[in-house]
Amino acid sequence: MKYATSPVLTLTLPVWRSRLLAFAFVSLFVVLIARAGYLQGMHNDFLQAKGESRYSRVIEITASRGRILDRNGEPLAITTPVKSIWAIPDEVKISRKQIARLAELLEMPAQEIDKRVTDTARDFVFIKRQVSPETADRVAELRIPGLFQNREYRRYYPGGEIMAHVLGFTGADDIGQEGIELAFQETLAGKPGSRRVIKDRLGQIVEDVQSIKAAQNGRDLVLALDTRMQNLAYSHLKSAVEKHRAKAGSIVVVDVSTGEVLALANAPAYNPNKRSRLSGAQFRNRAITDTFEPGSTLKPFTIALALQAGKVRPNTLIQIAPGGFGIGAATIRDTHAERTLTVAQVIQKSSNIGAARIALSLPAASMWEMFQHAGFGAAPNLSFPGEATGKLRPYRSWRPIEQATMAYGHGISVSLVQLARAYTMFAREGDMVPLSLLRVDAAPSAQRVIAPETARAVRAMLELAVHSGGTAPRAQIMGYRVAGKTGTAQKQENGAYSSSRYVSSFVGFAPASNPRLVIAVMIDEPSDGLYYGGTVAAPVFAQVMTGALRVLDVTPDGPMTPIELPSEGDEVKESI
Amino acid sequence: MSKSTPILLAILTACALGLVTSQHQARKLFAELEQEQERARQLEVEYGQLQLEASTWAMHSRVERIASRQLRMRVPDATRLQIVKPESPAQ
Repeated sequence: MKYATSPVLTLTLPVWRSRLLAFAFVSLFVVLIARAGYLQGMHNDFLQAKGESRYSRVIEITASRGRILDRNGEPLAITTPVKSIWAIPDEVKISRKQIARLAELLEMPAQEIDKRVTDTARDFVFIKRQVSPETADRVAELRIPGLFQNREYRRYYPGGEIMAHVLGFTGADDIGQEGIELAFQETLAGKPGSRRVIKDRLGQIVEDVQSIKAAQNGRDLVLALDTRMQNLAYSHLKSAVEKHRAKAGSIVVVDVSTGEVLALANAPAYNPNKRSRLSGAQFRNRAITDTFEPGSTLKPFTIALALQAGKVRPNTLIQIAPGGFGIGAATIRDTHAERTLTVAQVIQKSSNIGAARIALSLPAASMWEMFQHAGFGAAPNLSFPGEATGKLRPYRSWRPIEQATMAYGHGISVSLVQLARAYTMFAREGDMVPLSLLRVDAAPSAQRVIAPETARAVRAMLELAVHSGGTAPRAQIMGYRVAGKTGTAQKQENGAYSSSRYVSSFVGFAPASNPRLVIAVMIDEPSDGLYYGGTVAAPVFAQVMTGALRVLDVTPDGPMTPIELPSEGDEVKESI
Repeated sequence: MSKSTPILLAILTACALGLVTSQHQARKLFAELEQEQERARQLEVEYGQLQLEASTWAMHSRVERIASRQLRMRVPDATRLQIVKPESPAQ
C-alpha cells in the first residue's frame, strides 16, 4: 500500500499558513539585519569604545626632575627612583617573625609596623615612603600578602649640609619647598605625558596607537656656585662659628666681573638628605633672608660720596678729639686717642666721629641716593624665595643724629648679599652689576654709581685698613694685596643697643691691584669674649680668600713675606 | 568565471597571509623596542645613581680629609712658592 496515495492521509493545508510562516521568518531576518545595520553603522562609536577598552590603554609617561649642577657641571641634586611600601590592612597576613624582619629592613620600630598593618579601619596605609630600591627588593622577597610597592622619586644632595641653604630641598612628591628647588620649580619640574597603546593578553605593549602628550623632562639648572669654593667657605665659617660659640654665621663669595655668587653658606646648616625633626628657622638662608645693622662696613659709602662731591680729599684732616661729638642730646664717641685723622685714616682706623662729621657735611638726599644705588633697601633680585629688602627710611624723615649714625651703619639694616654686592662698587671701577645665583655666560651690563677715580681712592683706603695700623690686620694674605673693612655692631634688644650681643662682620676683596672676588663674612653673637670684626670675621675672610684665589689660579700681586700681626696691645680697636 | 580567477584568488590569499605575518612581526618587533626602551630608562636611572655615587666619593671635604690625614699632604707655605712668569712668545 502506498501511503502517499492513501486518501486518508491526504492533508490539505490552507495556503496562508505557509505564507505566514515565510513572512515571520523573513521579518525576523529583517529585524536582525536592521539591528546589525544599526549597531555597525549608527551606534558604532559606543561599541568601538567598549571594544577598545578591552585592549587599548592610556599609560602615563613619567618625566624626571632636572638636575642642579654647579658651574663646572658637578651634580648638586639628582632625582632617582625609590619605592614606597604600602599596605591594605584588611588583606595583610603577616607573622610576628616577618614583622621583626620588616622592622629591621625598614629601620623602624616593630610596634609601629604592627600598629599600621592592623589598622583595619583604613583601606590604605603607607608603611614607609622613599625606600631605596635594594631594600624594597628585599621587602618584596618576604612575599607578605597585602603589602605593595609603588615607584616614587627621591632627590639626593651629594653635597649634604655644605650646599643646604642655597639648594633647599623638595618634598615627598618631588616639589620644591625651599631655596633654589622652590625658586626654580617651574624649570626643574618635568611635565608627565601620556600615550595610548595596545596591550596583548600578557600585558605587553604591542602597538603604539597615538601619543596624547609627550613627556617633558625637567631642565637642568646650572648654578654659579663653585663646589670647591663653597666647601672652603662653609668649612671655615663653620669652624669659626664653633670656635667663637656664635649663634650663627654667613658668608658670601661674589665674582667681581660677572656678579655671580660663587659660594654662599650659613652655619649652622642641616643635612638635606636627613631632615626630620628640623624647624623652619634652620632652613632659612640667613645671608639672603635676614638683615642686620652692618656697623662700620657702611663707612666707605659715605666717604665715597664725600670724595665724589668734592667735599673732602683722602688727606683732608678731620677733627676727632677732644671728647665726643655732640649732635643734639646725643654724643658719638670714639676709642681713638688721636686729635685729628685724615679721611683715609677714618676708614683705616674706623672712626665713628670722623664718619659722622663727614656725613653731616653732605645733604641727606644724596646720602640716601647713594645707599639706594648701592642696593640697600631693595631686594637683590636673585629670584630666591624670601629675599630681605632691609630697612632704609626715606631721607625726609631723617634727623641729623640719624644721618650721622647711618654713616657708620646704625639705623639702617642690610642683608649680607646686599653688603657683598655693594662692595663690588669699589672692587670694580665704580660701577655695579646685578648678582646672580645662576651661571652667567655673557658679561652683564653694569651701572655706574661713582667715578672710577673715587672707587680707586676708596680702594686704597680699604687697603690701609687691613695693614698693621688698620682694624683688620688678620685679613691679610701672604702673596696678595687685600682691601676690606671691618664691622662690629651692637644688636638691638628691646629698642636699645645691647652691650653684650654683637654682630661681627668683614667685607673685602682681593687682589687689590685687580680685584677678582668680594667676600663678605658675618658672625652673629660670638660669645667667647671676642667680638671685633677684625678678630672674629676677618680671619675667616683671609682663610677663604687664600683658598679661593688658589682655586682661581690668580697671579700673586703682593710680597711673598710672612704676615706681620701687631702685638696684642697695639691692635687698633674699632669704635662701636 | 574566467581562467584568471583562481590565480587571483591564490594571490589574494597569499597577500592576506602576508599581511597577517607582517603584522605579527611588527608587533613582536615593537614589543622588543619597548623592552629596549625600558632598559634605556633603567640605564639612565643607573647612570643617575652612579653620578650620585661618584660625586659623593669625590666630595671635596672627603678628598681634603684623606689628603691631609691619610696621605699627610698639605698646602705649601707661600715662602716656599716660586712664581714663574711665562716667557713672552715673541722671544
